[in-house]
Amino acid sequence: MSKITFQNISGKAKSEWEALQNSVYILVGAATCGRAAGALDVIEAFEKELSRQGLEASIIQVGCIGLCHAEPLVIISKPGSMRVAYANVDPDTVRRLVEGYVAGDDPCLELALGTLEAEAGEAAYIPEVSRFEHERRLILGRCGYLDPENIHHYIADGGYGGLDKALKMPPDAIVEELRKCGLRGRGGAGFPAHRKWESCLKAKGLPKYVICNADEGDPGAFMDRVILESDPHQVIEGMIIAGYVVGAEKGYIYVRAEYPLAIERIEIALRQARDVGLLGDDILGSGFGFDIDITAGAGAFVSGEATALVAAMEGRRSEPRIRPPRLAEAGLWSQPTLLNNVKTFAYVPGIIERGADWFGSIGTEGSRGTAVFTLAGKVANPGLTEVPMGTTLRQLVYDIGGGIAKDKQFKGVQIGGPSGGCLPESLLDVPIDYDSLREAGSMMGSGGMIVMDEDNCTVDAARFFLDFSTRESCGKCTMCRLGTPQMLHILEDITAGRASMSDLDLVLTLAEDVKAGSLCGLGRTAPNPVLTTLRYFRDEYEAHIRDKCCPAKVCTELIVYHILPDRCDRACEHCVLTCPTEAIKGGKGEVKVIDQEKCSKCGTCLEVCPPEYDAVVKLSPVSALPAPEPAKRRSKK
Amino acid sequence: MIAEEQADQAIAEVLGRHKREKKHLISLLQDLQATLGYLPRKGMQEIAGFLGMTEVDVWGVATFYNQFRFVPLGRCHTTVCLGTACHLAGGRLILDALERELDIRVGETSGDGGFSLERVACIGCCMLAPVVVIKDRIHPRMTPFKVEEALIPYKRECRGGPEE
Repeated sequence: MSKITFQNISGKAKSEWEALQNSVYILVGAATCGRAAGALDVIEAFEKELSRQGLEASIIQVGCIGLCHAEPLVIISKPGSMRVAYANVDPDTVRRLVEGYVAGDDPCLELALGTLEAEAGEAAYIPEVSRFEHERRLILGRCGYLDPENIHHYIADGGYGGLDKALKMPPDAIVEELRKCGLRGRGGAGFPAHRKWESCLKAKGLPKYVICNADEGDPGAFMDRVILESDPHQVIEGMIIAGYVVGAEKGYIYVRAEYPLAIERIEIALRQARDVGLLGDDILGSGFGFDIDITAGAGAFVSGEATALVAAMEGRRSEPRIRPPRLAEAGLWSQPTLLNNVKTFAYVPGIIERGADWFGSIGTEGSRGTAVFTLAGKVANPGLTEVPMGTTLRQLVYDIGGGIAKDKQFKGVQIGGPSGGCLPESLLDVPIDYDSLREAGSMMGSGGMIVMDEDNCTVDAARFFLDFSTRESCGKCTMCRLGTPQMLHILEDITAGRASMSDLDLVLTLAEDVKAGSLCGLGRTAPNPVLTTLRYFRDEYEAHIRDKCCPAKVCTELIVYHILPDRCDRACEHCVLTCPTEAIKGGKGEVKVIDQEKCSKCGTCLEVCPPEYDAVVKLSPVSALPAPEPAKRRSKK
Repeated sequence: MIAEEQADQAIAEVLGRHKREKKHLISLLQDLQATLGYLPRKGMQEIAGFLGMTEVDVWGVATFYNQFRFVPLGRCHTTVCLGTACHLAGGRLILDALERELDIRVGETSGDGGFSLERVACIGCCMLAPVVVIKDRIHPRMTPFKVEEALIPYKRECRGGPEE
């Protein structure tokens, strides 16, 4: 057998890619979120319609381009014609698209989101969508445009070129590149990547291991899932380079079992990499051998902590341990181990390929490169985005997220999930980088960003995160195991109107103790949501305690539902018929009244009351409820 | 409910697929749950014997992770997402509505085996919040009122007739 060279592999991939460009093909965003929005029905509709019209076109399931609000998203590519992206496609519009653009020359511009443009060496973008102006896609660049189940697409786009180059470099030169470019770990804490790589390279003892942390447990963050579902090879390539640098022969991707599609796509990617000779013995004739396996995590937020993750991989309870020794000295099976986040590995091939200076020129002094965020909550256009470090929160929320949905008032933005903090409007001009966010009391975290509007209660949000941290505490450290539930009890008292002002001091004291008395990041950061909301939204806490009032009208024990007698139509019975606890009284022709004893505060009456009457309101405090009027009977004209 | 003999056979098959090494404990538990839908006490005891571990150590690991369940799932397994986005969009009210409509508490399976109800931290569909997954189908943008409606076909299917 002739020796496998990268040129052979790359040549083959490029000719396959060119053949595809000379045909009509349809990309359908079919990551988990696309599927939830109905992508698989769209694919079926395309298949049916193509066969009905006797047309040939390949349908390719791709990952996600990050425009969640536009799912299901379809891109139609024709040789010699523009590539057109269509948003919110459903089976009914498929016929029109097939007739118009696949069969004919009408690009159906009335249905189009825009055209897909790509300049050499840069990520594709849709100029009609203004958020792309603010983005800089280094690791999301291929997501949604390439078939994640076809390694040739990745290679044709330059993929594995970084590996080919790396294998010709001495390992310490690669560490030096990482040092020069300033890459910091994307798992949240921001530890300089080159230091981990260097200590693992220098550590004595074989075998060594490389682990990719894909245990994305932050509720409200899904960028690692999207990357693995949309472009798994860049992560694999980064891991192979890491293996080569530190001298490991074996790598593991530790991924949540809750991400079945990601697992499936990584499996396919690993198999294809082995088939073409990019994994296994003697990769590209370098003499270096490396392979990767998948470990499916059984679900524990604390497993995202490096030493806890190793414990889980060894089949034990996922409890963190004291460091040192660091994993680089004693990790998996007590062997030297390099552990990085999905995104950290994903940056590596680009850095090697294009050089440290290129990466270092993006971002800010202390935080180089880009940041990947999932933008969710009350923004008009939720989605996944990649921006240069130093972009402000305001740009993210307004220019990329499209501002607050339904013309509501912005209240705050929670960054970094249960470990992060909630920042108010006055801090919207804070640049996004590791140090500025930490200074503001939040953290970069893994990249989840949840926007809250006037209808969200920050006290309730803090209670929610504490509830999460309490459930996910592994139980090893007393302060985290017992301290977070105590904080939670106080927050529950506040949201129920049972607390006193001195409880705020108590919760602050406890917060400091939990921070100081916990070993790992989960416990040390668990008080952050409370600390930041108390720092920036103290008036809301005080309103709950002093006035028994939830200003956002969220905390169920502090609100009542009320039907305004003047607005109630009397003849309408929507609320009476739908109330799940039969708490609404009043026959035909009568004003409807809510029996507060029976009311479960589900809000169904508010939801079903026809907008022309709009008679149901939420009131807080409970004492704002007007005294019941004697029921009046009046016949409707 | 799976007959005891079938369960025994399934447990034996699961053990046959794995090496007798403690590091495979979690994969063994995952495999057993994938086969039976939950972890029966007997299965965990057999795994303990197989790996030469104490039963309490197996139990300790099994109860540590969110993925493992100790009661069989209902025919219509219902998951309510309580991630941040879903919570802020009223996920708690959806959970209340599901508990009320199904007459079970979260973590339980109904007496007739028709429904089981579970909460999860996040399924990663934040833009569709709040989300409920019934029998692997995602129901986006739920409201307490829509819960009742969404359950009707499942009640027919999984309980053999509409409720009440």
